[in-house]
Amino acid sequence: MARNLIAFLGLVTIAIGRAIRHPRRIRVTAVIANMERSGFNALPIVGLLSFLIGVVLAYQGVDQLTRFGAEIFSINLLAVSMLREIGVLMTAILIAGRSGSAFTAQIGTMKVNQEIDAMSTLGLDPIEVLVLPRILALVITLPLLVFYSDMLGMLGGAIALMLLLDMSPTQFLIQLNSAIPMGTFWVGIIKAPFFAFAIALIGCYEGLRVSGSAESVGRLTTQSVVEAIFLVLILDAGFSILFSSIGI
Amino acid sequence: MTAPATPDTGEKDPAIRVRGVVNKFGETVIHDGLDLDVRRGEVIGVVGASGAGKSVLLRTIVGLNHQAEGSIEVLGRDVDRLSDDEREALRRHWGVLFQDGALFSSMTVAQNIQVPIKQFLDLRPDLLAEVTALKIALVGLPPDAAVKYPSELSGGMRKRAGLARALALDPDILFLDEPTAGLDPIGAAAFDSLIRNLQQALGLTVFMVTHDLDSLTAICDRIAVLVDKKVIVGTLSSLLRHEHPWIREYFHGPRARAAGADK
Ligand SMILES: Nc1ncnc2c1ncn2[C@@H]1O[C@H](COP(=O)(O)OP(=O)(O)OP(=O)(O)O)[C@@H](O)[C@H]1O
Ligand SMILES: [Mg+2]
Repeated sequence: MARNLIAFLGLVTIAIGRAIRHPRRIRVTAVIANMERSGFNALPIVGLLSFLIGVVLAYQGVDQLTRFGAEIFSINLLAVSMLREIGVLMTAILIAGRSGSAFTAQIGTMKVNQEIDAMSTLGLDPIEVLVLPRILALVITLPLLVFYSDMLGMLGGAIALMLLLDMSPTQFLIQLNSAIPMGTFWVGIIKAPFFAFAIALIGCYEGLRVSGSAESVGRLTTQSVVEAIFLVLILDAGFSILFSSIGI
Repeated sequence: MTAPATPDTGEKDPAIRVRGVVNKFGETVIHDGLDLDVRRGEVIGVVGASGAGKSVLLRTIVGLNHQAEGSIEVLGRDVDRLSDDEREALRRHWGVLFQDGALFSSMTVAQNIQVPIKQFLDLRPDLLAEVTALKIALVGLPPDAAVKYPSELSGGMRKRAGLARALALDPDILFLDEPTAGLDPIGAAAFDSLIRNLQQALGLTVFMVTHDLDSLTAICDRIAVLVDKKVIVGTLSSLLRHEHPWIREYFHGPRARAAGADK
């Protein structure tokens, strides 16, 4: 499995290299269509969940920190966990479930329907036509979605904290400003393109592995989501180690 | 030109020449030293038990599957010794109709037909539309089928649309995998005669995998039977006298009698 995935990564890398040398081969309409489906259409669900998670984080923070009389630090807790980890992780997991699975199902169905074979006999490279637009679309949209998730998570948390701690928005912003450096926000966002690449790569890879029956589409779709989330968590652990070793 | 390694005992200048092809998946050997010549301008029907490797043979010739051993020449070119550009150029000379059409589901029939045209030619939009309409008419689809999506078509219409796409670049060779499977007998007969008419009008060489005895008797010039990991080629009348048990069973069974094969 891992070896084939790495071989597939090699093929994709070659195709990316070719696309960089001949940018006109990039299928812009497919990229935009995929950005709409995986990005724009995910806005409501990502927004709602982020908002609610922000509220939950605020409540938990106040609950625990009040015991030490340090409830003002709930703002730090909210900002650090939302911006560094939860916004990007939750969005990536949501997109793995939403778009990674869709990639596998779409490509897998085309495989069953022999559309991929038809493409090859017409001299079209399935990686160039199907895989690259999906990867590119997700690598562009996931960071934007993470930014959006961060904003709504902070908004949910801020509303909850202002009610719980009886603060004004100005007080909240002042405390927030002293709590975290601006870079915190980038620590989350910078991870997003890597997660997006992993999710799209696995989604497309599993889709192309479909053979024969429609039954295998279902099985590999499930597998693709599990593997994508697993890989995202591994990457996240890697980033944590990297960031702590360079002191971010 | 490269000289063939084995003494040439086959046809002169065949459309397709398969020599000593071995195909295996894991331990399972599907083809073992398979030889086949397809003459220019003939309709050859490929039959064999389910799982005998008919589809694999077709896929190997069109380059979707790579043989473990042996060589394949199409129109005199060894397909394994071509540069990318040469392979691209050779691909223009054949069209493939997969079972159920294999149309691109996100595109209309017209867009499907235009995929290969756009891939290889640079036509003006009005010319492109004209060529598309011509291909749609050629395969007997109504003009309004052009704007329909594959999911809106019947199985028979999807096959016709797939055929139109396969014929988009005026190929010399047409590969068909079970073109009449899943059609009712009248639809199947109509599809058979469509293929025969197109073959004669356009001078095509047709390589047709089929289970349909009616198609075999109606339109095939020769029949290639896949048995024992090789092919036995002959005309219908010569195969009727063949003593291989599977071939006897195939051409003299009750279904063959019903199709009028063993007259
Ligand atoms: N990609 C593959 N991987 C593994 N085995 C394969 C693959 N493709 C085909 N096979 C095996 O090769 C054998 C021949 O398959 P093929 O599809 O050519 O049969 P066929 O003669 O076309 O049968 P049918 O009439 O049922 O279509 C089958 O046993 C099949 O399981
Ligand atoms: Mg088959």
